[in-house]
Amino acid sequence: MCLAIPSKVIEIDHEMNSITVDTMGAARSASLDLLPEPVEIGDYVILHVGFAIRKVDEKSAIEVIDYYNEILADEQEE
Amino acid sequence: MNKKSKLSFSLLLDDYRDSHIIKKIAERIDQSIAGIDRKIRIMEVCGGHTHIIAKYGLEQILPETIEFIHGPGCPVCIMPKERIDHAYIMSLEKDVILVSLGDMMRVPGSYGSLFDARAKGADIRFVYSPLDTLDIAKENPDKRIVFFAIGFETTTPMTAALIERQIKESLKNILYHINHVTVPEPMEVVVSEDDSNIDAFIAPSHVSVITGAKIYQPIVNKYKIPIVVSGFEPVDVMESVRMIVQQFADNRAELEIEYKRGVTTEGNIKAQKMIDKYFEKDDFFRWRGVGDIPQSSYRLRSEYSYLNAELIFDLPDNSIDDHKLCMCGDILKGKAKPFDCKAFGKTCTPGKPLGACMVSDEGSCAAYYRYGRFNKI
Ligand code: SF4
Repeated sequence: MCLAIPSKVIEIDHEMNSITVDTMGAARSASLDLLPEPVEIGDYVILHVGFAIRKVDEKSAIEVIDYYNEILADEQEE
Repeated sequence: MNKKSKLSFSLLLDDYRDSHIIKKIAERIDQSIAGIDRKIRIMEVCGGHTHIIAKYGLEQILPETIEFIHGPGCPVCIMPKERIDHAYIMSLEKDVILVSLGDMMRVPGSYGSLFDARAKGADIRFVYSPLDTLDIAKENPDKRIVFFAIGFETTTPMTAALIERQIKESLKNILYHINHVTVPEPMEVVVSEDDSNIDAFIAPSHVSVITGAKIYQPIVNKYKIPIVVSGFEPVDVMESVRMIVQQFADNRAELEIEYKRGVTTEGNIKAQKMIDKYFEKDDFFRWRGVGDIPQSSYRLRSEYSYLNAELIFDLPDNSIDDHKLCMCGDILKGKAKPFDCKAFGKTCTPGKPLGACMVSDEGSCAAYYRYGRFNKI
């Protein structure tokens, strides 16, 4: 029931309060009725049953990725 | 390569599924677990996590002393038979179109599943988004559309958003059968039982996006048990296990968020307000296999009772037992594993499920059946 994959905003329809997103190549539409923060084209959002429920927090996503890269760098040094 | 540039699918996905990273985290877990001389039993509350753990065989990579207990967080699995019967009965009423999310299709009630009702001529539609119900209602003005609402706090605000749009557009023909349940109450039930064997929780991803991590704080305080809110990818789950093990190594019991890119302490306030506007806590909900849990579900507020299908249709209110062999209840409470059930893989398979845990992909029995993993004894 939960779709984990983040989706990229590619179109915004202000009248319908909805967006078109790209989820790894597949386009689908999602409602903005429950999203508290404004989105822009190029943002990543988390979807649940046709609704955007959160904008992916870019700062913490990148922090985590950097942390994993450090872990991997450790491996290469060993 | 400097990955600091911009977020992308590959950054958000590949790294979170990278087998090297998973291995590295496993090594870190091995190091921090060295001084801990006890078993650590972790309940992953959400069926989505059960699925990931089975699919990627995470339990096999982890030290022997870590065991996953599969929790009650599968909305289809916990739906009691009598409420599935409600859906079945309503779908066969005159001029009714029953609408629900796809997961409900194959769950067996006492008359059969919604699949069976459809074979008998019922008009049942499965939608990707609850808002698709609006179009069905507009295209069928002379029909009564019953939205059979299921799911945890993750889907409750979507039902609220549907009601809001319906009212705004003055659509009169959508009714609701509400089965929205909440996560903290069953967690408290399983951890408070005298013979509870749960040492830590991995808390759900999407539920927590909506509610915020704050809903788990009372459980951490009261039961002194570590809770880590985890993301959905295998690396997320491994990292959450590492954070839990580290808490044991440091003698801490705290609430932590691993899934920081999605979850905050406060959650999605707009969605929470939508829930509050249309719903209030019900006295209790009968959880399939677990029993009645007080304050563990939502009902429509009385101002909206004109939308309540349960008051409009004549529906029986009896509790119906599960198949004698089925151990879903014990499995949902973490007291048994699917292999303990005599019917598992024999009379009960995903094609012909006897109990609810075999129906949804998120159910423990279905996950075990599908991936044949978890063979560590
Ligand atoms: S295998 Fe089937 S009958 Fe046995 S516990 Fe699981 S769902 Fe119930």
